[in-house]
Amino acid sequence: MANKTRVATVSLAGCFGCHMSLLDIDERMLQLAELIEFDRSPLTDIEHCTNCDIGLIEGGVCNSENVHVLREFRKNCKILVAVGACAINGGLPSLRNFIPLEECLAEAYLDGIGVENPQIPSDPELPLLLNKVYPIHEVVKIDYFLPGCPPSADVFWKFLTDLLDGREPSLPYELVHYD
Amino acid sequence: MKQFIQDLSEKNHHQATRLLQILRAIQSRYHYVPADAIEQLAGLLNKPRTQIISVVEFYSFFHLQPKGQFEILISDSITDHMLGKINLTSYLARQLKVAVGEVREDGIVSLDNTSCTGMCDQGPAGLVNGYALTRLDRARIDVITDLINQQKPLAAWPVELFHIEDNIHKPGLLLKQQINQGAALNVAFKRGLKETLAEIDKSGLRGRGGAGFKTAMKWQFCSEEAQSERYVVCNADEGEPGTFKDRVLLNSFAHQVFEGMTLCAAIIGAQKGFLYLRGEYLYLYDQLQCILDERRKAGLLGIDILGQGLNFDIEICMGAGAYICGEESALIESLEGKPGIPRNRPPYPVTQGYLGKPTVVNNVETFLAAAAIAVNGGDWFASVGTAKSKGTKILSISGDCARPGIYEYPFGTTIETVLMDCGAANVMGVQVGGPSGTFISNQEFDRKLAFEDLATGGSFIIFDESRNILDMVNNFTHFFAHESCGFCTPCRVGTSLLKKQFDKIVEGHGSAGDVAALEELCQVIKGYSHCGLGQTAANPVLTTLERYPELYQDKLKKISYEPGFDLDGALEIARRMANRTDAGAHLTQVGEDHE
Ligand SMILES: Cc1cc2nc3c(=O)[nH]c(=O)nc-3n(C[C@H](O)[C@H](O)[C@H](O)COP(=O)(O)O)c2cc1C
Ligand code: SF4
Ligand code: SF4
Repeated sequence: MANKTRVATVSLAGCFGCHMSLLDIDERMLQLAELIEFDRSPLTDIEHCTNCDIGLIEGGVCNSENVHVLREFRKNCKILVAVGACAINGGLPSLRNFIPLEECLAEAYLDGIGVENPQIPSDPELPLLLNKVYPIHEVVKIDYFLPGCPPSADVFWKFLTDLLDGREPSLPYELVHYD
Repeated sequence: MKQFIQDLSEKNHHQATRLLQILRAIQSRYHYVPADAIEQLAGLLNKPRTQIISVVEFYSFFHLQPKGQFEILISDSITDHMLGKINLTSYLARQLKVAVGEVREDGIVSLDNTSCTGMCDQGPAGLVNGYALTRLDRARIDVITDLINQQKPLAAWPVELFHIEDNIHKPGLLLKQQINQGAALNVAFKRGLKETLAEIDKSGLRGRGGAGFKTAMKWQFCSEEAQSERYVVCNADEGEPGTFKDRVLLNSFAHQVFEGMTLCAAIIGAQKGFLYLRGEYLYLYDQLQCILDERRKAGLLGIDILGQGLNFDIEICMGAGAYICGEESALIESLEGKPGIPRNRPPYPVTQGYLGKPTVVNNVETFLAAAAIAVNGGDWFASVGTAKSKGTKILSISGDCARPGIYEYPFGTTIETVLMDCGAANVMGVQVGGPSGTFISNQEFDRKLAFEDLATGGSFIIFDESRNILDMVNNFTHFFAHESCGFCTPCRVGTSLLKKQFDKIVEGHGSAGDVAALEELCQVIKGYSHCGLGQTAANPVLTTLERYPELYQDKLKKISYEPGFDLDGALEIARRMANRTDAGAHLTQVGEDHE
């Protein structure tokens, strides 16, 4: 079917919890599969995305590779969505923002307990860490934000079905009420 | 130190409500609040240590780390900037050999910025150990540098450094004639207190602190409360940048202000009053105490005032550098020795104020006017002004004009008239009511001073055509982010985001959707904040965006998006530590699709 909606997903500085939550829509996945097909995604192993309708981004931006991936998504997805607390605020990984990067690297590679052959990895293949973990909307333009850590399966379902049905997505209070 | 704290606490009767005054004394003596002092106070005041720390952390003038023996703060009001504050501060930093925000290595001096000190008509201004410095220039800075390096105590500094002018250029109904001491009380007792309240009602007097609530109604409500323990509070926090008329009133008309408070006490049945004086006006403290003493001696304060059976006295409490403490419920929290976090309203202070008791909070000028009305009658006051705004308003005028200072006008006066009187030329616009008020452009000078048109607590800052409006908005937006008390998220987070988003646009990193995003953020802050500070914090952006949208739009780049921070710069630390120089170790600021 040529006119299926094309969806790409990726996890940047995230824990894959948001992806797991998407899978939690359970049997509704079959319904969804009628309407969408996955492009680049951990679910498909396609390496680069091309001409997608929707891009779902989990996780914040912690290194240079995240920046490149995010830009690839922005360039190829008509609608780009920040999924989960990490993408929206930096989330858990951004706890390191309160510690200077020098100290983080030193602890991990130089003087932490049990470090052997202490040295800072230096290889052009390796992405460099940014001084801080940034929310994705500070690096590219984002069209929608799905709150939650992770957003519940129902949030994904509501959001995607709204979009697929051509409605402006909206999340009822029950879905974004956490206490 | 142990003995000092012990004595200090004793002098304050070990009352936790006196915490601010106690901490002021400690800060003034040690130039910080040592951990040991907090520990000891916790025991003496029977207040948890953490609560004392939260108070220390809340107020700008208290510090947990030592400041210099000479603590210098430079006023950061937009008017100080217009008078060359930035250059002057760098000069001062160079002379003193201390960076802004730091303590010099020898511990003798520290330097920092502080929010508007209320000397806008005679800036650039500052504070040294809490005492106001005015008209700073290089010559004065050289003198100050020498005094500090010789470690001369402030008492030995030349008095000109601390000289403060009233600059009353246009007195009106209230400022032309002070009432005689005791006149308002004598007339009120003779006429009858109910009848005097009726006169105040007839005068149409509305609060002069900003909100404009009818004064007679406030007093009436308070007097009708069931609880008999009641309080009168005079709000002299005057933190709105550009406002300084309360300072002048307390310098030259304090008797009448105290008389207004005493009149209020007689009418509502209060026994105790407070003057909440902003920390920046420390220099007024001693002279105000003397006036209170004079009034006690004259039988105008204390037991059985004027033989009428009224018992009432006034205590002066000093603030410690927090704009939010001008908000009446935050002020009351502060009076109770707590961080100045606004309460839920209702209940309003008239029903549950200081210590939960009925309390009238009024502005300095409101009490001044009430005393004059008691003497001269309601009609006298209501004879000028407009239908909805009776009487006169005292303005603090600063910025680009020949004669900055104090002006009193009948309500209904046009901006045009005010600008003529103070000698303003080539005016681009005026900020009426301070950062929380409105910016009006030179197309609107036929508008009037009045609650129904341009309401103002008294701040009136003039900008001529040489000024960049965005500098002003930048200053105000940073002011709110700094002064947000942090209690509610829309304001705490919102004002910081607003500052970032505004800076992003002005520094030229903005792109297509950024002005829309800025406006949306403004609406969230305005609509969802807990108190007046947050509800008005977006006004500088909103009022200028409405008038000069092109100023903002012109700053935007013709690309769909650009990050608000330096992406490649954010890799610098890792690049250095990994010794990388290859192309892959760099990032462009915008993605390739933009190029
Ligand atoms: C953030 C904020 C700051 C305020 N600052 C002052 C002030 O410095 N002086 C003042 O009289 N009122 C100030 N107010 C208004 C007071 O809350 C209160 O309305 C006023 O003191 C009542 O007195 P009035 O009726 O005589 O005007 C402020 C309000 C807010 C929200
Ligand atoms: S938002 Fe929560 S679930 Fe999603 S990536 Fe972050 S930590 Fe994991
Ligand atoms: S609006 Fe701002 S100042 Fe007011 S309570 Fe909220 S955080 Fe505090």
